[in-house]
Amino acid sequence: MRRVVITGSGTINPLGHSVPETYEAMREGRCGIGELDIRDVERLSIRIGGQVKGYNPDQRFNRQQQALYDRFTQFTLIAAEEAIAQSGLEFSGHVAAESGVVLGTSGGGLNTQDENYRAVYEEGKNRVHPFIVPKLMNNSAASHVSMNYNLKGPSFTVATACASSNHAMGQAFWLIRSGAATAIVTGGSESMLCFGGVKAWEGLRVMSRDACRPFSANRNGMVQGEGAGIFVFEDFEHAKARGAGILAEVVGFSMTSDAADIVMPSQQGATRAISGALKDARIGAEKVGYINAHGTGTAANDKTECAAVSKVFGHHADEVMISSTKSMHGHLIGGTGAVELLACLMALNDGIIAPTIGYEEPDPECSLDVVPNEAREAQVSHVLSNAFAFGGQNAVLALKTL
Amino acid sequence: MSGVKERVIEIIAEQAVLEPSDVSLDLSLADLGVDSMGLVEAIFSIEESFDIQVPFNANEPEKSDFDVSSVATVVATVEKLVAEQAG
Repeated sequence: MRRVVITGSGTINPLGHSVPETYEAMREGRCGIGELDIRDVERLSIRIGGQVKGYNPDQRFNRQQQALYDRFTQFTLIAAEEAIAQSGLEFSGHVAAESGVVLGTSGGGLNTQDENYRAVYEEGKNRVHPFIVPKLMNNSAASHVSMNYNLKGPSFTVATACASSNHAMGQAFWLIRSGAATAIVTGGSESMLCFGGVKAWEGLRVMSRDACRPFSANRNGMVQGEGAGIFVFEDFEHAKARGAGILAEVVGFSMTSDAADIVMPSQQGATRAISGALKDARIGAEKVGYINAHGTGTAANDKTECAAVSKVFGHHADEVMISSTKSMHGHLIGGTGAVELLACLMALNDGIIAPTIGYEEPDPECSLDVVPNEAREAQVSHVLSNAFAFGGQNAVLALKTL
Repeated sequence: MSGVKERVIEIIAEQAVLEPSDVSLDLSLADLGVDSMGLVEAIFSIEESFDIQVPFNANEPEKSDFDVSSVATVVATVEKLVAEQAG
């Protein structure tokens, strides 16, 4: 089996328009969540979110491109440009034929759907722009990355709600590990912060009206975010042969299903996913120094996740650091695992653990070291990234320094 | 406030898959077999039936004014909300 490494990273999210900006915000424990600035916000009862600020599509994409690129595709292409540039890879010949794109998203082109349903139903129009279908489809972002960079191998999109990115990156890992691909551009993107997107989430009554405070006893729900995280996963031998800079090695991945409830998480499903990733990586729990938590800030997730980590880690649970960066950027749903993987890379490469901000009161049911409020310096060699989706679909990745 | 009690009981009965006559006022929603998703659906039906907003966050049910400790408290809360939000 081949070894798999990460040779490029890129992002645009509520904390910054690049990886360095995002690391700076995570180091400083900055909050990217604020008042939503979207059409008809006055008809919403949830009016906060992690929006990408200071972004003007006209500065990045021309009119023809914008006719085809939904906001989630725009975010993907911006993050992919940064990741592929960092990797130094050029896709031609057999490398192009053996490289692909595997991305996660949950809502896909939801802004495009929202705008066009509004046009036909609310405004009574009988005609929409001819490119609405290729713009809204969930695989459009993966397709445009493939087209823009000449990636001619396996490309597809994974939709497992809040675990989409982790499932996508796991597939990318497997494709390279098994020898089916040389490099995969992977990660995820989401842009659900439109009237219909937020209105649907409101109905579940799990959203906070003021802040995302994972693990804090006074947490009162999740906050949605938007953005993308994109990485270049590459065969280690290929990366080494061309002298590429290596950000981390992907060493383990596990997927499990709760087979229980459509919204309530199961401790057993989470436990099996975490222990499965360790087993796949052939490492003991005591090796792991940091876990990027799913940490949504809901009553149900956080206590279930802490119980699962305690179960797998035993005594070592008291030593491992676990933080939820959703407190800063919100829940990017299908893109969340990708942006959160940046916190893992920062931990491995810079020795800085991103904090869980907004932490105000200890919760006995979440009594782990959640790195409250301030980033911490610590050397870690192995990290995990958790994602547990609605639908009971869980995906955990294990990374290490090379 | 005629009809509120009957309609609330109908809504709870639908979630509990019971006849309205089997929903007694002293039982809790949990006693009736209404789980967290059933509760959220019941609140949605109450909001639609009475054209009111029910303040309820599933993460901190104890902090909301919507008291689900018994069918009677739900009825009383809805009657209060209807009176407050009338017009």
